[in-house]
Amino acid sequence: MAMAMAMSRSNAGRGIRLMSTSGWWKAVEPAPKDPILGVTEAFLADTDPNKVNVGVGAYRDDQGKPVVLQSVREAERRILGKENMEYLPMGGSVKMVEESIKLAYGENADVLKDKRVAAVQALSGTGACRLFAEFQKRFRPESQIYIPVPTWANHHNIWRDANVPQRTFHYYHPETRGLDFASLMDDVKNAPNGSFFLLHACAHNPTGVDPTEEQWKEISYQFKVKNHYPFFDMAYQGFASGDTDRDAKAIRIFLEDGHQIACAQSFAKNMGLYGQRVGCLSVICDDAKQAVAVKSQLQQIARPMYSNPPVHGALLVYSILSDPDLKALWHKEVKVMADRIIGMREALRGNLENLGSPLSWNHVTDQIGMFCYSGMTPEQVDRLTSEFHIYLTRNGRISMAGVTTGNVEYLANAIHEVTKSSEKELKAGAV
Amino acid sequence: MATFAAASAKPMAVIDNSQLSLCQKKFDGLRVGYAFAKRKSSSSLKVKSVSRINMALATDVSRFEGVTMAPPDPILGVSEAFKADTNDLKLNLGVGAYRTEDLQPYVLNVVKKAENMMLEKGENKEYLPIEGLAAFNKATVELLLGADNDATKQGRVATVQGLSGTGSLRLAAAFIQRYFPGVQVLISSPTWGNHKNIFNDAGVPWSEYRYYDPKTVGLDFEGMIADIKAAPSGSFVLLHGCAHNPTGIDPTPEQWEKIADVIQEKDLTAFFDVAYQGFASGSLDEDASSVRLFVARGMEVFVAQSYSKNLGLYAERIGAINVVCSSSDAAIRVKSQLKRLARPMYSNPPVHGAQIVANVVGNPTLFDEWKSEMELMSGRIKGVRQRLYDNLSAKDKTGKDWSFVLRQIGMFSFTGLNKAQSENMSNKWHIYMTKDGRISLAGLSLSKCEYLADAIVDSYYNVS
Repeated sequence: MAMAMAMSRSNAGRGIRLMSTSGWWKAVEPAPKDPILGVTEAFLADTDPNKVNVGVGAYRDDQGKPVVLQSVREAERRILGKENMEYLPMGGSVKMVEESIKLAYGENADVLKDKRVAAVQALSGTGACRLFAEFQKRFRPESQIYIPVPTWANHHNIWRDANVPQRTFHYYHPETRGLDFASLMDDVKNAPNGSFFLLHACAHNPTGVDPTEEQWKEISYQFKVKNHYPFFDMAYQGFASGDTDRDAKAIRIFLEDGHQIACAQSFAKNMGLYGQRVGCLSVICDDAKQAVAVKSQLQQIARPMYSNPPVHGALLVYSILSDPDLKALWHKEVKVMADRIIGMREALRGNLENLGSPLSWNHVTDQIGMFCYSGMTPEQVDRLTSEFHIYLTRNGRISMAGVTTGNVEYLANAIHEVTKSSEKELKAGAV
Repeated sequence: MATFAAASAKPMAVIDNSQLSLCQKKFDGLRVGYAFAKRKSSSSLKVKSVSRINMALATDVSRFEGVTMAPPDPILGVSEAFKADTNDLKLNLGVGAYRTEDLQPYVLNVVKKAENMMLEKGENKEYLPIEGLAAFNKATVELLLGADNDATKQGRVATVQGLSGTGSLRLAAAFIQRYFPGVQVLISSPTWGNHKNIFNDAGVPWSEYRYYDPKTVGLDFEGMIADIKAAPSGSFVLLHGCAHNPTGIDPTPEQWEKIADVIQEKDLTAFFDVAYQGFASGSLDEDASSVRLFVARGMEVFVAQSYSKNLGLYAERIGAINVVCSSSDAAIRVKSQLKRLARPMYSNPPVHGAQIVANVVGNPTLFDEWKSEMELMSGRIKGVRQRLYDNLSAKDKTGKDWSFVLRQIGMFSFTGLNKAQSENMSNKWHIYMTKDGRISLAGLSLSKCEYLADAIVDSYYNVS
């Protein structure tokens, strides 16, 4: 206030009215902390030596350290000083995009041979989803998006900021900590024909619960009957099972059944390129001509958002996927990451069972990918944080990537502590 | 389309033809989209013999059937046309990317050194926070406002790393739409082509203020002031901090003072697009003087920055949006809301370019070297301007005054050629430029100035 008054005095001679301190920004409330990224901020601020971060979904090695893949380091060495910094086209690196869609759809996919895929480089998974949401709004303005419950929190933000109305469909079954397949199919059947659905291709975030192959086939069939539009968010290809083709199985099933899908791909996790923001949005079209038109419209959306996408990450992806040796190395490294996670799942479940937990922890090993939907309540999560300095999102989602041989026992003990009385509560509440 | 409808409720002033056809195409797509939703299913059937689906099901014709081909981007489309031309004499004066005298792209030495340093350090690739790399954000504000700036010291600047200039502008536009819905942004006539797209897609209505005077090939200062004065209170005024794109015409320091006066009097907010700091005059401080003038007066401003040109980091997409507020509390709140807009756009910004900038600015040797390289780049442009002017004066026997070429500043020159004349440049002379008469001097070498002068004189006098 004093400064504003001082400035008023000094400008008084000019007779100029200054804006008051409260002026323009009065209506601007402080934004709520992002539920996911806010967890890491809190973790970083904690000084307790035993603290554990199982919040954000970024892979850690068994020492809890971030990992840069060897294949990535080698790619970096190769591209250093080689390229100029010229703008990429609005649709990004053509070479990278070609490799990306081969990875998603299979090298010999018909849709690729027929050039029916409109594809652009995007700002990782988020950017790919946002491009699609804007495209959907622009060309199917009457449409809505059906989003699974639960889903990655940012999905809701993305379609909301794109002004596409949202609906939900059943997905997670709390009682079994598995898939609520019956309700899911009901929702698919009851949605109006031609509805848009957001599907997680593999390693569902946050639950880790994926449909089986048989279930995917049934979903695909029903989608055909209802003429629904499948939009796949594939953020963990390779990372879930260790096998990139296996993790893309759902997409391949839908392709076989003749669906025209769209797919958001991210290289944040499976190549560890988080901060580089590299991904791809692809939309399968009727024919090559339409693919060119759709691509041009996707570019039209990108231009006023960021003009053209960043080059560095794209060059890394292209270097790796286009070189047989680097690609083979990468496949190995992805498997190592996936296997470590699977190993930690087994360890966590084993520990909890050994502690004599009254609850069932099968879901820890049934679920797949980076995340485990533990089934813990927000109150239990809060206790984990305040009493044990363990950081995770309040929906009970544990990022298995943050679990190590060094902390799995501590984690299991803490979880046991806050959940062992649950059975008592259940019993008390049961009729 | 809710936001777009809101924007079009206030009619947009002066939509040029290309913009109109773009809108038209959008709506065409929408109309067909609606029609598609209601149409009967296709009569062609495909029987899947291999799959487990044993029914003959109607083939899905794509639900994006109605998607028409988007028009080529007027600026980026020029490069594409250039590439397709096989003539030896061809010259690309389209997009504003710096070229050496040999017309090669230029990666700055300091950038190469920084990248080497980064590779050796072996940084991890973790997500940046939503607001970007802290070291970058600190450096970028210091560069913009000066190291000892009060606003920074008082914590009154909200800074968020953005996807170069475009991305930073878009974040600001989205913020304006959310917190000042219906409030207009005044943009110069003409301005960078993508400005309108950004505000359109963000759902922010815009109108134009007079800027370019074709009679003088200079600034229509009186028109500019009158139009800004006439704006509704609370409007935003988009100003180019230096090296106006596409005209190359900047206000003088005295004129900047007057512009600031009017903006203050009328309770408007200045919104600076700073894409050429250091690149225009060769001096980082001089090129930031317009912004610093406003901030020194205690005014609240938006400033979008880009490192595409001055550090040659085009494809890395590195820039920032800064909001200078009158209190640190407001800055904290504004920053949190900018983050909230960024999260559903791309979650967090790319790290590579930010690290390059932070390394260059943070290392005194590299920083000095950068300043030298900027002087070199801007010096080459000034040299090319001089040669072009000399050639034009020599070739044009009518005695027309071409000195505006010397007075204009930065990468671009508004030649005064109209659309037909600009097309003649491409069709007859294989010289590629945008249809508004803008040439990018960054793509011009001394050796080509004479050829260019011939082409301009021919187009100006022989085509109407």
